[in-house]
Amino acid sequence: MSVNDPNTTPASNMAGAAPVAATSAKPATSARWRTLVSALGMLPILVLLAIGFYFINPRFLTDTNLLIVMQQASINLVLAAGMTFVILTGGIDLSVGSILAASAMVAVIVSLFPDWGLLGVPAAILVGLGFGVINGLLVAYVKLPPFIVTLGSLTAVRGIARLLGNDTTVFNADLPFEAIGNGSLFGVPWLVIIALSVIVISWFVLKRTVLGTWIYAVGGNAEAARLTGIKVSLVLLFVYGVSGLLAGLGGAMSAARLYAANGLQLGTSYELDAIAAVILGGTSFVGGVGSIWGTLVGGLIIAVLSNGLILAGVSDIWQYIIKGLVIIVAVALDRYRAQGTART
Amino acid sequence: MTIPTTSAPALEMRHISKTFGPVRALNDVSLTVYPGEVHALMGENGAGKSTLMKVLSGAYSPDSGGEILIEGKPASTGDPIKARANGVAVIYQELSLAPNLSVAQNIFLGNEPRHFGIVDRAAMVRNSEGILKRLGVSFGPRTLVEGLSLGERQMVEIARALSTNARIIVMDEPTTSLSSRETDRLFEVIANLKSQNIAIIYISHRMEEIYQLADRVSVLRDSGYVGTLSREELNAPRLVSMMVGRDLSSFYKKDHKAPVGERTVALSVRNMSDGDFLQNCSFDLYKGEVVALAGLVGSGRTELARLIFGADRKRTGTVELDGKPLAVNSPREALQAGIAYLTEDRKQLGLFLDMSIADNINIGVIGEDAKAGGIRDFGMARKRADKAVSDLSIRTKSISTTVGSLSGGNQQKVLLARLLETKPKVVILDEPTRGVDVGAKSEIYRLIDSLASQGIGILMISSELPEVTGVADRVLVMRDGHIAGEVRAAPGQPAAQEDIMELATGAAAR
Repeated sequence: MSVNDPNTTPASNMAGAAPVAATSAKPATSARWRTLVSALGMLPILVLLAIGFYFINPRFLTDTNLLIVMQQASINLVLAAGMTFVILTGGIDLSVGSILAASAMVAVIVSLFPDWGLLGVPAAILVGLGFGVINGLLVAYVKLPPFIVTLGSLTAVRGIARLLGNDTTVFNADLPFEAIGNGSLFGVPWLVIIALSVIVISWFVLKRTVLGTWIYAVGGNAEAARLTGIKVSLVLLFVYGVSGLLAGLGGAMSAARLYAANGLQLGTSYELDAIAAVILGGTSFVGGVGSIWGTLVGGLIIAVLSNGLILAGVSDIWQYIIKGLVIIVAVALDRYRAQGTART
Repeated sequence: MTIPTTSAPALEMRHISKTFGPVRALNDVSLTVYPGEVHALMGENGAGKSTLMKVLSGAYSPDSGGEILIEGKPASTGDPIKARANGVAVIYQELSLAPNLSVAQNIFLGNEPRHFGIVDRAAMVRNSEGILKRLGVSFGPRTLVEGLSLGERQMVEIARALSTNARIIVMDEPTTSLSSRETDRLFEVIANLKSQNIAIIYISHRMEEIYQLADRVSVLRDSGYVGTLSREELNAPRLVSMMVGRDLSSFYKKDHKAPVGERTVALSVRNMSDGDFLQNCSFDLYKGEVVALAGLVGSGRTELARLIFGADRKRTGTVELDGKPLAVNSPREALQAGIAYLTEDRKQLGLFLDMSIADNINIGVIGEDAKAGGIRDFGMARKRADKAVSDLSIRTKSISTTVGSLSGGNQQKVLLARLLETKPKVVILDEPTRGVDVGAKSEIYRLIDSLASQGIGILMISSELPEVTGVADRVLVMRDGHIAGEVRAAPGQPAAQEDIMELATGAAAR
């Protein structure tokens, strides 16, 4: 029986210290590397896609086309920004497409009031906020599952959108806020400026404010958040409110672009593109992990795919198939890469 | 107890090393285990116990030069299926049963007896019955696992090990979530397994269990082998010094003076009931006093703590803080009033594992620290985190590291740091040293002691009796949802563990 008393062998202590030092040095470098990789996220895929499309059709990488891509991405980016808030808390908002439709209807209808037409924009945003707050109240205070609440409002709000125009398309050829949809500032379309502003404001709220930290905390561990004194219900109400508000803004943008709105068709399955952008951006579906910059990249990937495939002359049917596959492959790659980061 | 060193070893692990890239997780570790022996494996968290057991179970293959001999024959390494065929079974901390299946189905999961390719249910039930009888348990093979207690589930795990004719069974902290009755039951089963000449490798942080069970104890430290003690050589100071590599003359620190004479009540709880299980719990906690709340698992200690903290809905009873009545309906209100609570389940209920150390420490106070418009004050957060990291010696490279990557002891210190940031008057600590290594344990004791010296009242829930008697000035004992009594330490002497157990089990009443 060997008994090795540590007090008599200080050397063993010294020898033991070495691997500990090595252990602590290693994660530091790899952590920095990992932070870099996760910050880059899907950006390399976006770049690869752009280069690929450029080789297929050089027209892809022209200033005009890139602005078109941004413009096409803008409404989805606004919805996806709101969706990022919701998914960060571990929730989901399936109702944004319907809210967008209802808000767009309100925007056009209000725009027809003589002299007060400009109020269409705030009206749309308020309507979106209202629906979002209703979602939020049901999730936060009645404590219903977000999927079910927003699945319900997906259908109900779509009905309200149809009701608003008596199930017809409403037009306003003389839209007072048409600049939002079709104007530009120093050559940059207003739609793009609005979308990027929303992204920057979202970043500020998420990363620079107390509320943002609470959002991550609620998504990371809701019960721990409650025990820490965070008002979890208020945080949830906020994120669904924001998602609704941004869907309302999306409605105003959409109405401004089209000079019209249709309660039946507008915004159908927009929620899926918004969710896809968030997930492509690396935000965890269970909450607590993710960033708005990822969502920006995710939204751009979707827009680049749509635009590039059209320029490449791919048929409409195949566009759907390719887009779906790219989303799955991209997320699979991301998960594969994330395995090294020991997430449990 | 005789150590059967005369017989041939059941297991010899020789010169096992394991490196992951530049990290050396095991450094030339050898271990010999005899049939019918309970061989305890001890060491701080991260000392290499789990890695060694993973090498044994085939989850990892050792670096070249290491070999494993089972009953004298060299065994192949790095292959879990062969390891199992060789008679090695591991019972993990997180039980790996399917709750929706029956006991028999779980025992033979992935190893079902077959008859012409079809699962032979009759044989499965019959064989399970035999094994369960060997273990002497009260449930049958057809019982659904979801209806079993944690202790009973562990028995199913052991039965599963026996079904593959395991000769070497590894138990990794098997009593962590067991009540003391279930622990006793487990120990009977272990004795039973010993008599069947099965070798048991027993990993635990709990000294009492080691004294009770182990024939020999091997200690690992910093990935290396330190030594092996026989039962006769076993004593706490020696074991602790082997584990931490330094002499811990005063493991339990008690410099604060227990308040006597003119003392002021910090927290006064009267007739607290939850209308269900807790009945009429009343006690006073004085400023600068450490009171332990002892009792068996399931006696209502955590429930009482959560009720005081406002985490669960209070039914009846009153709480006074500093002599002022306090109506607390949420943790938020409790924290604002000056009551802080450290949860027993730090991963599920305490930490934000994906967030940084700094954010985890500051999360409770970022609202107060915020600048106008709710904008975070990151400078303040950094200052608080840096101070906490150095005050509590949290071992980390950076305060922006995610908490999930820290060891159990350091995670616990992060939670304690968060709690202290709220400047509490009364602190409730629920199993503050659970799953924490020896070094961090003594640091936590020192922290508790210094908090008491600052006049904070501390209520500490603990299932470890040496900790209860070593740290507390006074011990309240709970049983079946009420406070069964109080055990006081005589001046200069710890409270008697026997008295506490009598109250906790109700032995005195009988």
